[in-house]
Amino acid sequence: MIRPHRSHALWYAFILHRVAGIALALFLPVHFYMLALALTDPAQLDGFLAFTDLFIVKCAEFGLVFLLAVHMFGGLRLMALEFLPWSPRQKTFAASAVALAFFISTSFFLQAM
Amino acid sequence: MGETVPETGEFLEVSIWRQQNGDGHFESFQVPRRDNQTILDVVAWVQQQADPTLSYRFACRVGMCGSCAMMVNGAPRWTCRTHVQKVAEDNRLEIAPLRNLPVIKDLAVDMDPFFDKWVAAEAVFEPSQTRDDPMAPITPEDPMRIAASDAIECINCAVCYAACDVVAANPDYLGPAALNRAWSLVNDSRDDGQDARLKAVSAEGGCHNCHAQQGCARYCPNELNPTVSISGLKRVTAKSLLGWGR
Amino acid sequence: MLNLHLYMAQRLTALIMVPLTIGHLAVMIYAVQDGLSVAEILARTQGSLAWFLFYGSFVVAVSIHAAIGMRVILFEWLGIKGAVLSAISWGLCLLLLGLGARAVWAVTFAGAGI
Repeated sequence: MIRPHRSHALWYAFILHRVAGIALALFLPVHFYMLALALTDPAQLDGFLAFTDLFIVKCAEFGLVFLLAVHMFGGLRLMALEFLPWSPRQKTFAASAVALAFFISTSFFLQAM
Repeated sequence: MGETVPETGEFLEVSIWRQQNGDGHFESFQVPRRDNQTILDVVAWVQQQADPTLSYRFACRVGMCGSCAMMVNGAPRWTCRTHVQKVAEDNRLEIAPLRNLPVIKDLAVDMDPFFDKWVAAEAVFEPSQTRDDPMAPITPEDPMRIAASDAIECINCAVCYAACDVVAANPDYLGPAALNRAWSLVNDSRDDGQDARLKAVSAEGGCHNCHAQQGCARYCPNELNPTVSISGLKRVTAKSLLGWGR
Repeated sequence: MLNLHLYMAQRLTALIMVPLTIGHLAVMIYAVQDGLSVAEILARTQGSLAWFLFYGSFVVAVSIHAAIGMRVILFEWLGIKGAVLSAISWGLCLLLLGLGARAVWAVTFAGAGI
């Protein structure tokens, strides 16, 4: 499914960054709407927050935190590439970004359980 | 005429793109496999022994000119420098014209858009002096000269242009080769065309569209990295926007 | 199809959001312990100028950043361009700004009906 000319680490870094960005951009309006319920319908928001105690929702939240962290660290890698002197260790940075994001989202998940 | 490289007895199943005036398709050929065989050898065999109507380009056949660039199993390569044994799995090959360029016929593409973008990026030297002025003293250790030298070996083969997904998605994007050359000229202290050049590479199709996927660097046969050059252009244009530097 | 100005806006809002995002992740990891409720959230955020400024600037930055990011994706992957592309990008920016501002207001100075 992935075309041959794309099968390298830095292309995967790009696609992960982009997919994470899309997911976050789609999530945010929903997130903002739910929070504003604190004003208009706090009872509904409380009900929704109770719903987030479900394990499957916690897993989804883990995914969101991962995407946020990976998008941020990936973006930092990109800006370092663009604005700092070139380093040949691009792939290492890409891998570190994913690892850090995983670490943060796992911390969140453990706290949330 | 005797064969200098013996046939192995195996046959390659080769899918070659055919196109003339409109839609194209893949055509299959059975090509005798040899030791030390390049993809260019395969294409040449097909044209000489199987189908004389096949059109393709080559010139030096020794990895110097870049004319023989094609898509080999989905990756842009110089066919004279690609050994069959390195890329053929199960004796299968797929050979297509370079991606991102219009096809003239079969494996030959129209390189005009590639060179038009070269000019549009102002990747053209603008002299600041005449033959009557003294020579410009540029030492090899000068950092700008080193930056220019790192980017200068481009022979315009369009492999990076074919590899780039942004070129595929954005018809206005100037592309890695043109921007790489622009960067080498940004670092040429003899050049007088910097303002026009920075403007050209900051426009809608300019350097800021690069996502640093580095497919260009992965496939450049001269081991250049246009992403490094494009990052340099991003820095210089950002500085000039913020009023620092030139 | 980023030009220099869109690119700089994208990068600058990204930089602004680095500390904001780290802060938000830290807050989330802390706050999610022992469950969430409206009362818990409002107890911390209501009437707080600091949270208002923190999340207010986050909303402004992300509205610009996400809109520009989606603009590139809509162009590269869906081929949308010209006035339609600008309209959708601006629309997304204003949607995020509007909903985000409402959310920030709701948890800080709105005086919720609890």
